[in-house]
Amino acid sequence: MKHNIEKIRRALYGPTLINYIVVAVIFIILFTLVSTGAVNRYISNLMILVLVMIIMSTSLNVATGFLGQLHLGHAAFMGIGAYTASLIAIGLEDAIANGFVLFLVSTAGAIVTAGVAGLIIGAPALRLRGDYLGIMTLGFGEMVKTIITNLKGLTNGAQGLYGIPRIMTFPIAFWTTVVVVTLIFLFMNSRHGRAILSIREDEIASESVGINITRYKLTGFVVASMFAGVGGSIFAFSIGFIAPTTFNFLKSVEIFVIVVLGGMGSLSGSIVASIVLVAMPELLRDFSQYRYLLYSTLLIIIMLFRPQGLMGTKEFNIPRLFKRIFGVYKEPSSKGSDS
Amino acid sequence: MAILEVKDLSINFGGLKAVDQFEISVEDNELVGLIGPNGAGKTTIFNLLTGVYTPTEGSIYLNGVDTKGHKPNEIVMLGSSRTFQNIRLFKNMSVLNNLKIAYHNRMTYGFFASILNTRKYKDEEAIADQVAIDLLKVFDLDGFKDELAKNLPYGKQRKLEIARALATNPSILLLDEPAAGMNPQETEELMETIKLLKTKFKISILLIEHDMKLVMGICERIVVIDYGKIIAKGKPSEIRRNPDVIKAYLGE
Repeated sequence: MKHNIEKIRRALYGPTLINYIVVAVIFIILFTLVSTGAVNRYISNLMILVLVMIIMSTSLNVATGFLGQLHLGHAAFMGIGAYTASLIAIGLEDAIANGFVLFLVSTAGAIVTAGVAGLIIGAPALRLRGDYLGIMTLGFGEMVKTIITNLKGLTNGAQGLYGIPRIMTFPIAFWTTVVVVTLIFLFMNSRHGRAILSIREDEIASESVGINITRYKLTGFVVASMFAGVGGSIFAFSIGFIAPTTFNFLKSVEIFVIVVLGGMGSLSGSIVASIVLVAMPELLRDFSQYRYLLYSTLLIIIMLFRPQGLMGTKEFNIPRLFKRIFGVYKEPSSKGSDS
Repeated sequence: MAILEVKDLSINFGGLKAVDQFEISVEDNELVGLIGPNGAGKTTIFNLLTGVYTPTEGSIYLNGVDTKGHKPNEIVMLGSSRTFQNIRLFKNMSVLNNLKIAYHNRMTYGFFASILNTRKYKDEEAIADQVAIDLLKVFDLDGFKDELAKNLPYGKQRKLEIARALATNPSILLLDEPAAGMNPQETEELMETIKLLKTKFKISILLIEHDMKLVMGICERIVVIDYGKIIAKGKPSEIRRNPDVIKAYLGE
C-alpha cells in the first residue's frame, strides 16, 4: 500500500520539467523576435493582446466550460479589473518607480475588486440556470458599463481614462499568462476542480455524494472573475487608454466564442483558439473587408465539423507529444531523476 | 442504537398525502427492503431521507442526529448515501474520478495546497486514488478506471454508482431500484454484490426494488407501502402470504 501510494504520487498529473522547458523555449523565441526588432511594434502589441485573450478565455472556461454555466458578462469583470488597476497605477505612479512592482500592486487590486464583484453578482445569479443565468450576466455586464460611464469623477466617464502608465512589456505579459494558466490548470486538477466539474455533469448526483454545490458554483464563478481582472490589468497597461465601451457585450461574446471554439473544458483549446481568432483578423489586413468574411466562414466551418470545439475536453499534453515524436518518454517522476 | 430512525414521516404535495405516517428503524448491518406498487411513494421517501424534500411532519434520525434543516450534501456527511432509479453518473468523467469526487469530503487540503502542488495535496490525492482503486476492485471495475463512465455497459454503470455511493463512507446505503433494466443474469450478479457489501463493509442497506426474486432473496425485513401508508412489515416469508400485500399488488 505504502509503495503504491508513492508510485501514484509520482505519476500524478502536474507541471513536469518538460512543460517548463517547452514554455521557456517558446518564450526565448518570441522574446528574441520582440527585443531584436525582428517584428515591429505593431506585431509585439498584437502578441500582448493575444496573451490578454488567453487569460480571458481560460478564465471564462472555468465558469462556462468546467462549471457549465452560461456566462455572457465576462468582459465586465475585465473592465472592473482594468479600471481598478489603472486608477491604482495612476495614483501610485510617482511612489513606485519600478514598472513591474507597480504592475503587481495594481493587479492585486484588480483581482480583489473583480473577485468581490464576482461574489456579489454570483451569489444571486447562480440560483438561476442556463439561459436565465445568461441573460442575468448579460444585464450585469451592461450595468457595469453604465456605472463606469457615470462615475465621472473617478473614471472620466464616457471619454475614457487617459494617461495610464504603459508599463506592460512582453516578458511581464507572457509570464503572467503562464502563471494564470498554470494556476487554473492546477486548480482544476484538485479536489476543488473535480467538484466544479461534477456540478457540470450532474448537479443532483453531485449533491448526493456530499458536494456543497452552492459553494462550488460560487467558487468557480469568483475564480473566473478574479483572473478576468488580471486580463483587464494587462490590457490597460499595454494600451494606455481604456473606455467603458471597450468592455461591452460584444467583448463578452468574443471571449465566449473563443471558449466554445477551443472546446468547453479544454484550457489548451482556449489558448489555441485565442491565438487563431485574435491574430488572424489582424494578420489578414491585406484582404481588407474580406477578412471578416473569412473569419465568419471559419467559425461556421469549425462549428459544423467540430461542434465540441477544436480540442473537445482534451488537454494538449506535451510529454505525450514528445513520446509520439521521438518514441521515447519517461514517466514524470517527482525527484531528481528527470535529468 | 439504530442507524436510521424515522418516526411519523409525512409529506403533502398540495392536497395529496404522498407519504403518510411512515416509520422505519434500520439497525446496524441490516438489510431492509422497501416495496410497493408503482406510485406508492417509495422514491419520495428516499428523497425525504436524503434531504431533497423537507417533510411536512415527522423526524429522521441518522446515527442519532436529527437531519432536520440539513442540506442534502450535509446529510451525506451524517452517514447516508444513495443511488438513483435512473443512473446518475458523472458521464464525461473517468470511472476513477467518479469515485474521487465522492471521496471529496474526506480530503482536507485547501485551495492553496492545490495550486502550490504541496506534499499534502499529492499525498491526499494519492491516497484517494488508492482508496478508489481498492473500491473498484471489489466491484471488478478496476480494469475500467480510465474509461469514461458513459462508455461502460449498463450493468457496470449500476455497479459504479453503488461504488461511488460507498466512497462517501456511509453507514447506511439507500439503493433505489438497483435491478431496474437488468436481465436475470445481471440481477443475479447484483444480488451477490449486495450480499458482499453487507459482509465486507458492515453497513446497513435500505433497498427499493420491484424484482421480487431479489427482494425476497436477500432482505431480512420488508416494509410494504401503498398510497404512502405502511400496509405490512415483516420477514419475507410473512410478506409473501400477507393478504393486504397481495391485494395491493394484484387487486381484489
